[in-house]
Amino acid sequence: MARKLLLENAHIEGIHTYDVYRKNGGYRSVEKALKSMSPEDVVEEVKKSGLRGRGGAGFPTGMKWGFIAKPEGVPRHLLCNADESEPGTFKDRYLMEKIPHLLIEGMIVSSFALGANHSYIYIRGEYMYVLRILETAIAEAYANGWLGKNIMGSGFNLDLSVSPGAGAYICGEETALIESLEGKRGNPRMKPPFPAVRGLWQRPTVVNNVETIAAVVPIVNEGGDAYAQIGIGRSTGTKLISAGGNINKPGVYEIEMNITVEEFIYSDTYCGGIKNGKKLKACVPGGSSVPILPHYLVSKTAAGQDRLMTYESLSDGGFATGSMLGSGGFIVYDEDQCIVRNTWNFTRFYHHESCGQCSPCREGTGWMEKVLHRLENGHGKIEDIDLLWDIQRKIEGNTICPLGDAAAWPVASAIRHFREEFAWHVKEPKACLERNYGLVADRTFETVTA
Amino acid sequence: MAEQTEKINVTIDGKTIAVNPETTILNAARIIGGEVAPPAMCYYSSLEGSGGKCRTCLVEVSKGSEKDPRPMPDLVASCCTPVMDGMEVKNKTSERVNDARQGVVEFLLINHPLDCPICDQAGECHLQDLAFEHGLEKTRYEFKRRTFDKIDIGEYIKLHMTRCILCYRCVYTADQLTNKREHGVMKRGDAAEISTYIQNALDNDFIGNVIDVCPVGALTDKTFRFRSRVWYTKPMDAHRDCKKCSGRAVTWMIGDEIARITARKDQFGEVKEFICNECRFDKKEKTDWVIEGPRHIDRHSVISANKYEEPIPEHTPLLNKA
Repeated sequence: MARKLLLENAHIEGIHTYDVYRKNGGYRSVEKALKSMSPEDVVEEVKKSGLRGRGGAGFPTGMKWGFIAKPEGVPRHLLCNADESEPGTFKDRYLMEKIPHLLIEGMIVSSFALGANHSYIYIRGEYMYVLRILETAIAEAYANGWLGKNIMGSGFNLDLSVSPGAGAYICGEETALIESLEGKRGNPRMKPPFPAVRGLWQRPTVVNNVETIAAVVPIVNEGGDAYAQIGIGRSTGTKLISAGGNINKPGVYEIEMNITVEEFIYSDTYCGGIKNGKKLKACVPGGSSVPILPHYLVSKTAAGQDRLMTYESLSDGGFATGSMLGSGGFIVYDEDQCIVRNTWNFTRFYHHESCGQCSPCREGTGWMEKVLHRLENGHGKIEDIDLLWDIQRKIEGNTICPLGDAAAWPVASAIRHFREEFAWHVKEPKACLERNYGLVADRTFETVTA
Repeated sequence: MAEQTEKINVTIDGKTIAVNPETTILNAARIIGGEVAPPAMCYYSSLEGSGGKCRTCLVEVSKGSEKDPRPMPDLVASCCTPVMDGMEVKNKTSERVNDARQGVVEFLLINHPLDCPICDQAGECHLQDLAFEHGLEKTRYEFKRRTFDKIDIGEYIKLHMTRCILCYRCVYTADQLTNKREHGVMKRGDAAEISTYIQNALDNDFIGNVIDVCPVGALTDKTFRFRSRVWYTKPMDAHRDCKKCSGRAVTWMIGDEIARITARKDQFGEVKEFICNECRFDKKEKTDWVIEGPRHIDRHSVISANKYEEPIPEHTPLLNKA
């Protein structure tokens, strides 16, 4: 059984209450950090641990913390991004629902490291019941002296607030999150300046994902070096994966980043294989915005090596034959699933969630959705496939924030790997409404081109 | 202070210029002028926070700076990217930029009604110029276009959201020139619309300026709507004593009558001195104004091909080509 760092105690009855959490070793990291470490020591441990942002981009957390500007007399802020809205991702909800004190503990230690005296958890509006769980836990933490003035007699003050969004995916983008938290319309800001220089209320700000902040707790408890021992290469530590789709055991799994994708899908410890004895058709390994992989690229990379559940291995081969670990929303498709329909569904989501600020994303996502809808319902033309390719190409990289890329990548990868299935929808307009294309032919790696 | 700041060098389309640090690529290109300056639909130099949205000013940075010569991986919005010393930028000379810009123009036009023949802005419309220069000949969009009903916002201004490209210029204008905010963007994505707070009328002494900053025909002057095509009117520089504003404006004449009054725009179509509603809407008698002489309308606009003034070759290259 693999080691668990975050969800180790998740099964304990009543772990969401302060007393049980404390009895099981909770808030040890706060004691350790505040009593025996300086803020720089904590940052150093996080740097040593090799922890990378768990929200999707995988940017080294220690480096991000190192970037924060420290002008005299200007308060700094730590924001926790709990606006988890990526289709296929539900790990943060599980973590906050089961062990809310772990996030609070991580927030205290991280705020201490960054010198922030007022930190915020920005939570997705749909998670209102989780917000109540967090607020109860925060009240318990205040009552027991872990939050407020002069925590543990160390002289460090911290206030922690939870703020709900109003249900916008775009507010998971860090600058849109900041705008929303300031009470404005959730439009992403132009960068530079980056939040580390001018963020919330123009003050230096760090925005981290829930899982990233929670992972700081075991790093401080056991040391950065011990954490870096787990995993392979630059993918250190454990990662929460939200597994969904046509598998026997959907749910949130904490994995050490050294297992193979094949093991993750087929082992009984994790997903337990494809449901109803079907065959694997495709897999989206990191939430809806990362490229989809056809079955022949899931367990092996194009170079013929085993594909591992790591940042590097999943992105091996670039976008031509690889994907990304992303936020860990692992979606598995069996042979009965229609890729065109799935792509349409994803695009519909991005169309609905585009903030409408910059033109390629505002107009392009809606256009792609309409074309895909036409294809899926048997009214498509063969030129539509090239049209889709051209639209996504003109969105990608030309937008203010990564939502444009996130909308373009699933379309690009679906066309790249499943072009035959799109063409079949055009050629067999009646059949595509009644049945599914089935498994994609096992192409050789040489024919897979961008 | 100005003497002390060291100028830095930036090269755009092979032309090098020394500019102050913190200058954006777009402004550096505008100093060079001519074809080097990227088009901008949303950036407005006098409005704080504008820019970055329309993506027509995308450029390729082929060399980041002298210190870090790596090129930037993605195209950047030139209106909000500051220059670095030794930076090399490609605008018209980059295939990538032309391709992306063509894409942006296509995106801007897919939900635009393309009703130029009945649009008041035709002839002085930035989107029209942009599409003429960078667009495709034919649309590839085969779906229903987004439409809205026309809204009267106040006594003088008509809002026709169907033509809007959501550049946010009018939002910033209303926000920054007037003291009570009642004008903004509602909804999101391609359903977003410019609106006033529960269809409030906009009545403020300077609100007429939203008409001037609008690059398309979404906000038009109700005192001028459908009176004449702009190219049949003669723009004349004029001024009057005004207690509220500088009183420096342009009167657009039909014969001896003033058809409409706008603020003065520079060669990039930007107003530097905003004028008040009184000057704009109420003073339409010739006796109200001291006429200075014909106004030269720079760059793209078809007005500059008008008979009242000889076209200046460097400002109307495309018209000369035709």
